[in-house]
Amino acid sequence: MAKRVKIRVFRYNPAHDTDARYDEFEVEAERWTTVLDALLYIKAHKDHSIALRYSCRMASCGSCGMLINGIPRLACYTKVYELGSDVVTCRPLPNFPIIRDLAADFTAFFAKHKSMKPYIINEVAESIDGREFIQKPEEVEKYLQFSYCIKCGLCYAACPTVATDRRFPGPQALAQMYRYLIDSRDKATDERLRIVDDRHGVWRCHFAGSCSMVCPKGVDPALGIQLLRAYLLGMNRDSKVVAELYRREPK
Amino acid sequence: MIDLVEVIDHDVIIVGSGLAGLRAAIEAARTSKDISIAVISKVQVMRSHSVSAEGGTAAVLYPEEGDNLESHIYDTIKGSDYLADQDAVERFVSIIPQEIYQLEHWGMPWSRREDGRIAQRWFGGYNYPRATFAQDKVGFYEMQTLYDTALKYDNIHFYNEWFVTSILHENHTFKGFTAIEIASGNFTAFKGRAGIIATGGAGRIYSFATYALSSTPDGIDLAYRAGLALKDMEFVQFHPTGIIPSGILITEGARGEGGYLINKDGERFMKKYAPNKLELASRDVVSRAIITEISEGRGYRDEDTGMDYVLLDLRHLGEEKIKERLAGIREIAIKFAGVDPIDEPIPIRPVCHYMMGGIHVDIDGKTEMEGLYSAGEAACVSINGANRLGANSTAECLVWGRITGELAAKHALRLISSRSADNSIPRDAIASEEKRIYDGIFHGSGDENPYEVREALTKVMDEHAYVFRTGESLAEGIRKVRALREKAWRHVDDKAKEYNTNFIHVLELDSMLRVCEVVLVGAYRRLESRGAHARLDYPKRDDINFLKHTLAYYGEDGPQITYLPVRITRYQPAERKY
Repeated sequence: MAKRVKIRVFRYNPAHDTDARYDEFEVEAERWTTVLDALLYIKAHKDHSIALRYSCRMASCGSCGMLINGIPRLACYTKVYELGSDVVTCRPLPNFPIIRDLAADFTAFFAKHKSMKPYIINEVAESIDGREFIQKPEEVEKYLQFSYCIKCGLCYAACPTVATDRRFPGPQALAQMYRYLIDSRDKATDERLRIVDDRHGVWRCHFAGSCSMVCPKGVDPALGIQLLRAYLLGMNRDSKVVAELYRREPK
Repeated sequence: MIDLVEVIDHDVIIVGSGLAGLRAAIEAARTSKDISIAVISKVQVMRSHSVSAEGGTAAVLYPEEGDNLESHIYDTIKGSDYLADQDAVERFVSIIPQEIYQLEHWGMPWSRREDGRIAQRWFGGYNYPRATFAQDKVGFYEMQTLYDTALKYDNIHFYNEWFVTSILHENHTFKGFTAIEIASGNFTAFKGRAGIIATGGAGRIYSFATYALSSTPDGIDLAYRAGLALKDMEFVQFHPTGIIPSGILITEGARGEGGYLINKDGERFMKKYAPNKLELASRDVVSRAIITEISEGRGYRDEDTGMDYVLLDLRHLGEEKIKERLAGIREIAIKFAGVDPIDEPIPIRPVCHYMMGGIHVDIDGKTEMEGLYSAGEAACVSINGANRLGANSTAECLVWGRITGELAAKHALRLISSRSADNSIPRDAIASEEKRIYDGIFHGSGDENPYEVREALTKVMDEHAYVFRTGESLAEGIRKVRALREKAWRHVDDKAKEYNTNFIHVLELDSMLRVCEVVLVGAYRRLESRGAHARLDYPKRDDINFLKHTLAYYGEDGPQITYLPVRITRYQPAERKY
């Protein structure tokens, strides 16, 4: 049972256009049609010039984040039907510079992730001894939910603090910092805490919690930021209070 | 004009940023901190389709508990229907356990046993549960681990969203690449001492495919256009369980954990086709069984899409196991098919999933061009022969990523230390490539919609080169592809320079038309049924005439086909039963 919907696409090429505009397209949406399907149909059959980024179309690669009816979402993971509206408005993610139309520039976002040293720091890790580090399932559990991050930028787009402080690393980067900090294989706790213990770092977060609301993978960056603060205030990997927080099942 | 083309200089240039490309980059960086390494990707580097690999990475980790290398070697060769090169399989099986531990040391969240060691599970075609896993998001975690680890190395430089258009070479020696920076639209040359093509599979030449929409053959077509051979391209793996209607993969892990395949009569039909292994027979066997059930009237039909399917039933596994081990596919089934596998079976049918063939390389991942390597699904070593076993592809990416990364770095170091080395790049070739893509395509004109040509092309592949093939149908497919190529699709309606994906899509289509023909011609010429290549008109394997690899070289009138013997070390071809 198809229904007709209007897709409004934000159009802007900073190299040539002085103003942005919306182009409107009517498309048929089936119950399984995603916003990405609709946009690709438009690109293939109505206007080849729409600029957008996408790849896996299964919410794994993190390419197709955009503002859909006012909320940061993955276009491939948002069905037209579930929006409950006959009008679907697509804009590029806020808090990112625009390359063109719906394609946002991720350069600063990736640099912030990199500044968190998002890798295991442990001298032993570089020498293979033909054996793994032993990690109990409950130790994996501590960092696992934070490792679902696909770097799609939705949390960063939703964050009011990112919007007002360019030096704030943002929820994605901070959650990844916590992910590596809490991993029993990592040995750089002090170095990590020094990086985020800054007035533009973890303390800058207002705890709006919008990051966790929009994450398409059920990661809770707001929790990660709170746990980083807890660490700075003297809690550690084995704290019972921290353990309690993990009892919540990710989405 | 020529002088306006910027030249970027690196020692090792890797095209493609999936598991093989990133693993190669890290190994090159570890080999020497004095060389600079570029990773060029048409997507943002962490977004390559390796992220969507779900089920596992095969490795012998527990010989003390009953597994052994010989068993992995045998399973892989048998799975390949004896077309794998056995020396390559031996090397592969002996290296992959180290890679599992290496990734673990780099932060990979492998699922664990209660004793804290790495867990493994069953996968199709194996005699031991040796698929190492991280829930059902193995490729995603491997990508994340490699991407994050690559950030440690200052000599690895990422080029996000650059589309490579040609290989620069002189006297059979690699010199670099030409590429378009998508964001700016600038045409640029990369000068390098060694190159690695790791652009993954090309499964988007089919319409019903598990692949990312970006998995087109432009990477392997670079090699083909440069005069290098593509090997065994007719062997395309159809994974048994692509979800209706999108073709998104439901991991073999779902059957590894005990899932059933059910036809319209409620029957577990695999007992007729593979009485011992049932649902865990190799993928070619299971896919043929499903298509046979459907064609004999025991499938279902989806009324909205007209697609035929059977059911994958996980309900008996129970809510807890599904949530713990198969959370990702549960999410996919709920979202993309409206089915919660805890309560309802999942509608599935065989779906294009992997290309056993690729750029012809030797056991070291070297191509026929000095200084150029290839690894991962883009390459054909070949360990997969006529049919790849599940959990061997992520493994292959890691092993040959590492091997080629090291060899490419050493090759570059040798050239740096030999002062006489010629470090020029062929300016003429840069100019003629610029002419090919701008005069020939960007400024071209025509009234055919290239997106419609692409859709028609992928439908031809679905129809003429699917699970079962015949000579007649393949010949028809070749005629249709040639007719599509003649249409007036060589034009780009988007005239902007910046982020012009319309241009990229037409370049992709150009590569698809060439590579589709290679698949079809290879399949037409192979008069036997072996692994994933099942000819209804030649239903038996023919070891006398076809125990050999197909090599396709570019020719003006279509692919020029030659053959290459299979390297057999210890297992003579035998009948294959599961």
